[in-house]
Amino acid sequence: MRYNNRLGAKGWVIGGNYSIERYLYILHRVSGLALIFYLMCHLILTSFRIAGAPTWEAAMAFVSGPFFKVGEFLVMCAGVYHAINGLRLIIIELGYCIGKPERQEYPYTPSIKKQRPLMYLLMLVVAALVAVSVVDFFIM
Amino acid sequence: MERKTIVFKIQRYAPNQDKEPYFKSYEVPVEQGMTILECLWYIKENLDSTISFRSSCRMGICGSCAMFIQGRPRLACETQTLELKSSTIEIKPLPNYDIIKDLVVDQRNLFRNHKKVKPYIISEKATSNPTKEYIQSVAQLEQYLQFNYCLKCGCCLAACPTMATDTNFLGPQALAQAFRYNTDSRDRAGNARFQIVDTFEGIWRCHMAGACSDACPKGVDPAMAIQLLKRHSIFGSRKEYSDYAGPLPKNRRPDIPDAPAPTVKGARTNGRGNGKGKKGRR
Amino acid sequence: MRESRLWFLFVLAGACMIVLLGAHLFVMHLETFMGYLGITIHEPLAYAEVMARAKSVSWLVIYMALLILALYHGLYGVRSVLLETINMKHHSTVTAVIVIVGLIAAVFGSYIVIQSYMMGGL
Repeated sequence: MRYNNRLGAKGWVIGGNYSIERYLYILHRVSGLALIFYLMCHLILTSFRIAGAPTWEAAMAFVSGPFFKVGEFLVMCAGVYHAINGLRLIIIELGYCIGKPERQEYPYTPSIKKQRPLMYLLMLVVAALVAVSVVDFFIM
Repeated sequence: MERKTIVFKIQRYAPNQDKEPYFKSYEVPVEQGMTILECLWYIKENLDSTISFRSSCRMGICGSCAMFIQGRPRLACETQTLELKSSTIEIKPLPNYDIIKDLVVDQRNLFRNHKKVKPYIISEKATSNPTKEYIQSVAQLEQYLQFNYCLKCGCCLAACPTMATDTNFLGPQALAQAFRYNTDSRDRAGNARFQIVDTFEGIWRCHMAGACSDACPKGVDPAMAIQLLKRHSIFGSRKEYSDYAGPLPKNRRPDIPDAPAPTVKGARTNGRGNGKGKKGRR
Repeated sequence: MRESRLWFLFVLAGACMIVLLGAHLFVMHLETFMGYLGITIHEPLAYAEVMARAKSVSWLVIYMALLILALYHGLYGVRSVLLETINMKHHSTVTAVIVIVGLIAAVFGSYIVIQSYMMGGL
């Protein structure tokens, strides 16, 4: 009897001590799934506009509590992260900013290290945009 | 010399006795310079002869002793025990494979996928009695050399998050080898290999988590190979093909000395050619 | 179709959405911030405002583009996740389900957008 040691979906999150990009990957996936779920809800909710003003106002009143306010903020964060990290993925998946094949000397500098400056830069952009959202949502 | 007693927590599983893997601890006196593999041999020779693990060359060439050491897939023979800077070291078999016993995993999936991408040079000329060697420039060699150092140890598959759930995925190792042979200037089967890797179970299951390149003990960088495969499948690759060596130049350069006399009587004295690589398209 | 073509469309949709959806998010949620940039937005969710946007042709085009791009990009992503977890020998069943869901959502969404465009025109 062989023991099946495949990690399953939990291996997406906790696979071992790897560098930060592996966690950005799962965050990208989770934020993406959250956004497509939100899109479906959004389609249904905004469809109430064709039923006239009272129905629309009722629908808007339903989603106006603090719970939905936080939810809206989370969608904003997911959107910002997914967009900016997605930009990084487009760049590196098309073969830019990951260097060229070359002779490797120890300690190795693989592609994942070569794209790291880009990653830090874009994560700073994410942090800045999330900070702007925090101010706009909860302080202003 | 630095000496330390280190506790090894090793995951054990015997297929006929155990339902679930469990951990067993061993105390090993470690000296500076001892690798994890040497510690495992110490345990097998002195503490518990029932423990199973694979190893062969003990110098990072054969790729047998890949295991999950302190939360990372590593080669046991290339990991210095004291450099882990921990008084307890946890060793598990590589994840994402079936466990045969203790630290021995079933690597058939790895080799099956490796075979699927046609990991050999395919060229009409090579199959019909070649008459001369191919000429390949240093630049052409360096296009794929990095990926040629793959040991097939399987660390990258253990690190890959897609591998954690997807049983159809070809895996970073096989895809890196597809890239290695596609960029080899002697190979002409790029299209055939793209038929295999440009599929729902090939390169598009990679989302650049980068853990494979992070884990690779040889700097092979499978993640880069996969991203470049993606790039070539979208934009096409402009590849230089190399051809057979041309005829020897008639006038030899005066600074090149004569070849030594043949040691075998009657041996042919055809020397190396000086042909240049031909440019072509995939 | 080769997987690379589908994936490239997915990436193109994503790249377009960085601009379009970015604008949409900022207009709908960050009124104060947009105010600093000199763009005043009043109660973007009031019924009159919603319907005023609905009857403009440029918003119609933006909403239709966003709908199609977001559905394609999102559902391609869902298909990737499903293919990686379900482990079917062929992808056709997963793809068929995703295409059906996408078509239903696209028809429903464009009906809403076009209907409110016509209502706003009245």
